Amino acid sequence: MDWAYIEKVLPLYGKAAWLTLWTGTLGILLAVLAGLLCAAAIHWKVPVLRRITAAYVELSRNTPLIVQLFFIYYGLPKIGIATDPATCAVFGLAFLGGGYMTEAFRSGIDAVDRIQDESALSLGLTRFQTFFHVILPQAVAISEPAFMANVIFLMKETSVFSAVSLMDLMFTAKDQIGLYYKTTECLTLLVAAYLIIILPLSLLGRIWERRLRHAGFGA
Amino acid sequence: MTETVLSISHLTKRFEDQIILEDLSLDIHEGEVIVIVGSSGCGKSTLLRCMNALEDIQDGEIRLRGSLIDRNARGLPELRQKIGMVFQNYELFPHLTVMDNILLAPMKVQKRRKAEAREEALALLERVGLKEKAESWPRQLSGGQKQRVAIVRALIMHPEILLFDEVTAALDPEMVREVLDVIVRLAEQGKTMIIVTHEMLFARAVADRIILIGDRQILEDSDPEQFFTAPKTEQAKKFLQTFEFRKKQTGKTDIKNAEA
Repeated sequence: MDWAYIEKVLPLYGKAAWLTLWTGTLGILLAVLAGLLCAAAIHWKVPVLRRITAAYVELSRNTPLIVQLFFIYYGLPKIGIATDPATCAVFGLAFLGGGYMTEAFRSGIDAVDRIQDESALSLGLTRFQTFFHVILPQAVAISEPAFMANVIFLMKETSVFSAVSLMDLMFTAKDQIGLYYKTTECLTLLVAAYLIIILPLSLLGRIWERRLRHAGFGA
Repeated sequence: MTETVLSISHLTKRFEDQIILEDLSLDIHEGEVIVIVGSSGCGKSTLLRCMNALEDIQDGEIRLRGSLIDRNARGLPELRQKIGMVFQNYELFPHLTVMDNILLAPMKVQKRRKAEAREEALALLERVGLKEKAESWPRQLSGGQKQRVAIVRALIMHPEILLFDEVTAALDPEMVREVLDVIVRLAEQGKTMIIVTHEMLFARAVADRIILIGDRQILEDSDPEQFFTAPKTEQAKKFLQTFEFRKKQTGKTDIKNAEA
């Protein structure tokens, strides 16, 4: 192990890890938002929107992220929508994640008893208030394991961002290996960096799950 | 005659091809306690659910103090605030404490201040004997306690009318009493209520009018004394008989003589 080399490239990896972290986080947040909106559209049976949503979920879940990224990065400019690598990465991840999040929320919503809806409506809550104050909190609690699995899965998927020349962790590692042949050092740093980002997410998920179990509702 | 609170005229309710209620009319006056009875599946719960538009209706109309209760009207949430409903399985919100269950609607719907609504919630909880459970979770309560919380949750909205849909049907027998006592006290305070129940002794004690539903219609609409002692219709007699038990025959009966 060449420690001098590791010390030298550490700042580079730090920068790359930061890029992976913020593009990943932003992509996941947008995915959650998209998932909530789509799940709401399905729940409320919004006429045309629910069909579009269903098509979107199938499209996003049944195509690889790298294909989606290529489509955004190389395809969209042909119709005048050009993006830089970071924007492309964030929206690509959001597109993929939105489908998975929709399914996680939808299954949670389906598991909440319909009469909870009626109970809230009969108190004078609007359909919107009923959804956000009564149905969604229970649905999120039920779909928490699926939700956290998605978050971790999506964070790991950021490793294909290098395909659209985003200088993230994966890109940096490949670049360094190509330049200096320090394969062992580069790969060790790569593994360590991903663990530093993703392990806390797993831990967070476990704490959240335990708190939900303590509250004792949902599944 | 006192003012009509809820008025149902010529209501018809169908589930697909099956007619549940047909051309049914009923007026409920202020301060009246109406108990709806009938055999299982006769549509009495469906009728109750039509009253706050949880079910759509195919014909006729329902009005609360003149305002049309329409499933597709924009003002439906405002009308529903005035119609309290208590369900068979309590339907407390499991992710909220007892207090937050009670405060959700007053704060989100009526935009009341938390301190003021909380004070009223505590007073109401005290009246049903559950003040010390304010910060408990629903899962920590017994069925009877949950149902009393559900009643408080409806009461805090100051509804003009309260609907009770077989509220003791899911309870263990020893908990039925504590819930029915609360309802009897509400009746004494002059609350307008419509109660669907199978508890005949309770019905007789609390009702101003008993309504028997059957054959898609109101078969009988009379005061409890008349209903239980001298029912007008054959169907009412038959219905009441299902609650009677023939006294066990003791050994004295001579089977041979009886057959002869």
